[in-house]
Amino acid sequence: MAVTTFAWLVLLCPLVGTVVIALGYRHLPGRSAGWIGTLAITMSFAFSVVVLVSLLSHGDHHRVFVSSLWNYDVSAGVNAKMQILVDPLSVFMILVVSGVSALIHLYSVSYMWEDRGFRRYFSYLNYFVFSMLLLVLAGNFIILIIGWAFVGAASYLLISFWYRRTTATRAGLKAFLINVVGDVGLVLATFILYHHTGTVGFLGTFHAVPHVFGHNSPALVVACLLLGVGAFAKSAQVPLHTWLPDAMEGPTPVSALIHAATMVTAGVYLIARMHPLFDQAPTAADVTAIGGCLTLLIAATIALVQVDIKRVIAYSTMSQIGYMIMAVSVGAYSAGLFHLMTHAFFKALLFMAAGSIIGAMAGVQSLDRMGGFRRALPFTFACFMIGGLALSGMPPFSGWLSKDDILAYLFHRGSWFVVLGVAGYVGAFLTGVYTFRMIFRAFWGEPVEEARELEHGHLAHAEVPRNPLTGEEEDTDVGFPGPGHFIAERELPMKIAMGALALLTVIGGVVQIPGVDDAVTRFLEPTFADSRLARAHIATGTSWLGLVIGALIAGGAIATAYRIWVREPTITTVLRNRFAALYTFLSNKWYFDELIDTLVVRPVLWLGGLVSTMLERTVISGLITDGPVAVVRAGSAAVRRSETGFVRYYAAAMVICMFGVALYFLVSSS
Amino acid sequence: MSAVFFFIAAIGAISGALGVVMLRNPFYAVLALAGHLVSLAGLFLLLRAEFVAFAQVIVYAGAVMVLYVFVVAYVGGGEALPSGAVLRVLGPLFGLALAIVLSIAMLGSSLKGIQGKGAAYTLGFGTPRHIGTLLLTKYLFPFEGASILLLVAAVGAVVLARRRRGLEEPGDLERPEAPRIRAISPGYIGSMAEGAGVRLPPRHEPVESEFGPVGAPGQPDGGGW
Amino acid sequence: MAIGWYLVVSAIIFCIGAGGVLARRNPLVVLLCLELMLNGANLALIAFARMWGGESGQVFALIVMVVAASEVTVGLGLIVAIFRRRLPIDVDELSELHG
Repeated sequence: MAVTTFAWLVLLCPLVGTVVIALGYRHLPGRSAGWIGTLAITMSFAFSVVVLVSLLSHGDHHRVFVSSLWNYDVSAGVNAKMQILVDPLSVFMILVVSGVSALIHLYSVSYMWEDRGFRRYFSYLNYFVFSMLLLVLAGNFIILIIGWAFVGAASYLLISFWYRRTTATRAGLKAFLINVVGDVGLVLATFILYHHTGTVGFLGTFHAVPHVFGHNSPALVVACLLLGVGAFAKSAQVPLHTWLPDAMEGPTPVSALIHAATMVTAGVYLIARMHPLFDQAPTAADVTAIGGCLTLLIAATIALVQVDIKRVIAYSTMSQIGYMIMAVSVGAYSAGLFHLMTHAFFKALLFMAAGSIIGAMAGVQSLDRMGGFRRALPFTFACFMIGGLALSGMPPFSGWLSKDDILAYLFHRGSWFVVLGVAGYVGAFLTGVYTFRMIFRAFWGEPVEEARELEHGHLAHAEVPRNPLTGEEEDTDVGFPGPGHFIAERELPMKIAMGALALLTVIGGVVQIPGVDDAVTRFLEPTFADSRLARAHIATGTSWLGLVIGALIAGGAIATAYRIWVREPTITTVLRNRFAALYTFLSNKWYFDELIDTLVVRPVLWLGGLVSTMLERTVISGLITDGPVAVVRAGSAAVRRSETGFVRYYAAAMVICMFGVALYFLVSSS
Repeated sequence: MSAVFFFIAAIGAISGALGVVMLRNPFYAVLALAGHLVSLAGLFLLLRAEFVAFAQVIVYAGAVMVLYVFVVAYVGGGEALPSGAVLRVLGPLFGLALAIVLSIAMLGSSLKGIQGKGAAYTLGFGTPRHIGTLLLTKYLFPFEGASILLLVAAVGAVVLARRRRGLEEPGDLERPEAPRIRAISPGYIGSMAEGAGVRLPPRHEPVESEFGPVGAPGQPDGGGW
Repeated sequence: MAIGWYLVVSAIIFCIGAGGVLARRNPLVVLLCLELMLNGANLALIAFARMWGGESGQVFALIVMVVAASEVTVGLGLIVAIFRRRLPIDVDELSELHG
């Protein structure tokens, strides 16, 4: 069968999964919804592998396929079809997305086992995977926008999954609203591009762009900046990043899937896909590169002082995505996408391990309350170490190879990109410090009560379930997390998923070792063949120099963290008191929330109030609805006064009228 | 000769009518109406409507008036109160106005027939045979309709006048108090409004829980970074 | 006598009845005045039947009598029911059907 047929099947499986679970949930026995969902995504992954094999069987330059199912609007130049584009980039993305999603579904089956919303969860999760696959397989801007919007909706549904928690619903709303800002950017960019090129299909647009737009032409720069807005909102880059830490209100597997491995990488995918546009508008590419760099640093500094374990990992995600955005903005496409893949592996692994230790703590997520879990949770500890070492960039883990691949390219490009490269190394140092701060605080030191109980085989259980952020009391009915807590050591599905990701984290880097092989670059070459930047070739020696520097920095960071948190823990209090102002600044997340509140939220609320009183009450209520109603009421009240209830008056009226009629006929006939 | 009878009958009818309107005692008014009906039967006879006159006396003056007499006897009551002042004067005035107009209309009418004494007399005009034939051939439908109307009226009268289980006093017909059900309303029903409401505790206050203060990051909750 | 005389008598009876309906407060008497109006109409019908020579007017008058009888039945039933409820027998007091 053709390559594209399998691609359609890749899309169909999660759609069937979500529809079956959503419509048939009443008839699904026990926990079969979870297995159905996992099976659907596994089949999707299987089909993705088939697509890969099928694609590779074609020659090097014949690996771009387009396929349409039906037309939406084919008229006067608008060629909007239900169209997918199967080329190496999209195949790469569907492999990563479906593969990691399948493992996370498996993990979720255990994690959400006692949640009352089990079936709803899997329906939503399958819907998310379908939307993400639609996004990356899209062949024209229309389908891209549809997939983009669906992914935002799925994110909202899953963040506010425990909908009876006020904090969760507010976080969901925040994420959705900021994503809408990105949607607007994306749609406006589409308008501008369609207006100039006259086509919405990707291939047509990419061919037309060099001819229609001049180098750095203002229209194209604006369009690319708007695309950048869309990418930044979806990928949580500064200044549209405030939703990501709040999105940790969702269940941990959701954080792993959506807010680490897949959805937040949609922005990276967008910029990579639109590289012909960014090539023609380097100004916009520079802006996004700087944005990515700033995010990298800001997020790393905030992660240093976070207390909630999930938020540390969230800021770490933000920082790593900054690396990726920086990479695809300056032309290191394969490096950026390679980092996307490895990041998906180790970040999902870290989140899964975090879910395990949160289960051991009976729902508490604060690092202040954790300690000494090394003996109680050996498997989780191993996964944390593997993920942490990969994240910090220690050899021989995959994170080391991918991160330094990006930084080597930055130095290769020269001129002011070197600054970005140095910032990247600073960020790498901070990454190591905050990652191992988290690991040392959770696993070293005196075991806390929950850890000691667990060593004796007794899993902690919270008497009164509480909101981990505010400490509010909750119950375990629908809309709140279920009463069960699960750790990887006791649940086989969790172990399998985490083990698979750990293995991939360790060996995933072998596909792109400088001087040995560059499988990722060669695979992605057909997509980026038209980019002059991607053809740059970095000498092996330079690459290895960069790798060694990276390893040294990572090692230094881990050693620093070890000294501060394991050997002499009292340093932390001293440092905190000495740099109190800086500590407060970082704890308040650089005051971005307050800034957005003052600049955007309050003016909009004020405007809304103004419109409500002036426009809605006076004009709409007064003139259009309440006004005529009052007039009719007054009129009918006046008429009602003739209904007195006195029979004789009615009779008198009748007689008078009879008299009048007779008189009229008499007069008119004479 | 017929003119004499006409005037006797007409005066009888009109005085009966005036008696109905003006007599205080409703019993006397009923009697006046009975007299009026008999005079009217006489007028009908003068107009050669034998059967109708016959029906008038038996049905109207016989059955309907007897019904009236019974009800008046049951209900009784003269008018102790004076009528509403306005209509007491205006009523007859309206009637008078209407009468004048109608008379003018009739007397000035261009209908030739009313000047004459009527059409040529066919044998059997107004006899029961002719009326019966008409009722059963040309006017069958109105005849049947009228019988249904009588049935409906009979049923209606029975329904209106029946006693209802002894509940005749106006005070007995109050509805029983609906029992007040006090439902236990849960404090938190899980609605989306509550989910999206603004009920968070203030952000940077440490919440006291049994695990110790659970505060926001950056609070002096015991050292440690 | 010419038919016109009968018509005039009919008009007078009708208008006396109309005035009585407006002027009296006892519902029984109001119903009686209503009968007067019906009788006035009946007389007119019979007069015209005589004028035209056909008996349609007489049949119509019979039907009118049937209607009057039914109306009296129901009306009196109402008055009896009102009396049983101890409400005042006065058309001005029975005015709850107002707007």
